Amino acid sequence: MADAMRIRANIVGDKVEVRVLMSHEMETGQRRDARGDIVPAHFIQNVTVTHAGKTVLSAQWGPAISKNPFVHFRFKGGKPGEKLTISWVDNQGDKRTDEATISGG
Amino acid sequence: MRPDAVAAAALCAAMLFGCATRASDAEAERAALAMMKTSFKAQGQAGVDRLDQDEVQALCSRHPNGLPGDLAEKLEKAQLATIRYPASGKLMGDWREGERIAQSGVGKQFNDDPSRPSGGNCYACHRLSSQELSFGTIGPSLYRFGKERGTSDAIQRYAYGKIYNPEAFSACSNMPRFGHNGILTEQQITHLVALLLDPDSPVNK
Amino acid sequence: MALAIALPCLARAQQDTQKEIERYRELLQDGNPSELFEARGAEHWKTKRGPKNASLERCDLGLSAGVVKGAYVQLPRYFADTDKVQDLESRLVSCMVALQGLSSEEAKRRPYSGPGQPSVMTDLVAWIASESRGMRIAPPQSHPKERLAYRAGEKIFYYRAGPHDFACATCHGEDNKRIRLQDLPNLTNARDAQRAFGTWPAYRVSQGEVRSMQWRLYDCFRQQRFPELEFTSDAAIALISFLAKQGEGGTFEAPAIKR
Repeated sequence: MADAMRIRANIVGDKVEVRVLMSHEMETGQRRDARGDIVPAHFIQNVTVTHAGKTVLSAQWGPAISKNPFVHFRFKGGKPGEKLTISWVDNQGDKRTDEATISGG
Repeated sequence: MRPDAVAAAALCAAMLFGCATRASDAEAERAALAMMKTSFKAQGQAGVDRLDQDEVQALCSRHPNGLPGDLAEKLEKAQLATIRYPASGKLMGDWREGERIAQSGVGKQFNDDPSRPSGGNCYACHRLSSQELSFGTIGPSLYRFGKERGTSDAIQRYAYGKIYNPEAFSACSNMPRFGHNGILTEQQITHLVALLLDPDSPVNK
Repeated sequence: MALAIALPCLARAQQDTQKEIERYRELLQDGNPSELFEARGAEHWKTKRGPKNASLERCDLGLSAGVVKGAYVQLPRYFADTDKVQDLESRLVSCMVALQGLSSEEAKRRPYSGPGQPSVMTDLVAWIASESRGMRIAPPQSHPKERLAYRAGEKIFYYRAGPHDFACATCHGEDNKRIRLQDLPNLTNARDAQRAFGTWPAYRVSQGEVRSMQWRLYDCFRQQRFPELEFTSDAAIALISFLAKQGEGGTFEAPAIKR
């Protein structure tokens, strides 16, 4: 299973500012190894962030996203202490879900 | 102790601080050389014999701020004698090939394929053509090199010689001895001469 | 006339390129993936390994056993138990051998990470470095072997060899030079040396990995056309001693992020 995501979520003004660092090789499927064989594609395809049952971010990624992706976004309606759930699924069926608590204010 | 050692010790003691510095300098050099022998291993085409220094390398390492006295002149003269010009007498090749050689940075690294030709990696250190913005500044700009100097036999011989063995013209130059050390072939150097001097070369436009 | 027009155009094109590179560097600072390595490193420090089934928590990095905070910026230093000057990575090897019972070969087997292949050593270096973030670079020079390491490292810095006659000083001996578009720190100049030593280890975006100072030296020597610098060798430790002392007084900002 992949490493845990590193998540920071804090209130800035009337929004929640979220930063997520994911651990993933994001292999494009176009690279060749030392023997000349193609390294199989292995990249995150879907990212979902939910808060209080609602989806606040939904992303469809492809091989253009680089290794160890970092996503930074803001959304309205969150309060300190509330939880965020971040999930990703990759093209090989691996997945990862982590939770974070909104801080500050 | 031998008489001269006694005298040296006396001189040393008299000079105290300076003496300590000199002693420690020799100690540091001994330690460094010993470390160089035990800290590297052969890999790919790079054997540990690459760490053996020739006269130029040893002298220039010992005097990083410039050679004292007439050592510089002596070194340049000795290095000048190593330059081999093409038997055909034709020193200018094809500038298009020259540009490719100048752009290429492969060759001689332990992960490089030794059967492939090396590049000169000229753009690592020099500005050359007007269009290439990705150039280094370790060496002077060579933009308009030929435009400002012409294509006489003399300048062709200088350009060829300088690339073949830069130490012949500037003792302890940072520039590699592309010909003398077998990095580039005779033919490759003629292409670089053309890159520098040919009026049609992008260096001179 | 053509020259008068060409020069300002070139200068502006160069400036735009430099500005874009600066902007790219600024954008990179947020979300440094080195955090992923640091998190793993913190775990490895506490994980029991080897025939002795022990963690590294009793490892002495120079500030007494188990003290990690501030250790990186006071390395390399002399250690009485090994009677040697050691940098972080060679010290971790010593601890893996003494505390965990690993052989020296096992401890040095995978010094650097690669695609899909993490390295315990790299993770530890990332975390231990992060525990010195914001502190002053202050390698000790009180023991004669520490002073000798510095001076030997300086000699190696100027050692020209190989088919290209390169020394470290060839690229790192003068102010305001660059190789292609990569600015080169003058490591004989305190300000440049402070910034250089203060930003390694670093997550190298082009590599997708955290790279340490041992790695940086190994890769420099490869490009200098030298043979392979051995991991935790005496020459590597001497050079790191030289670079740390040159960077003395600077603020340690690693693990940083670089192109």
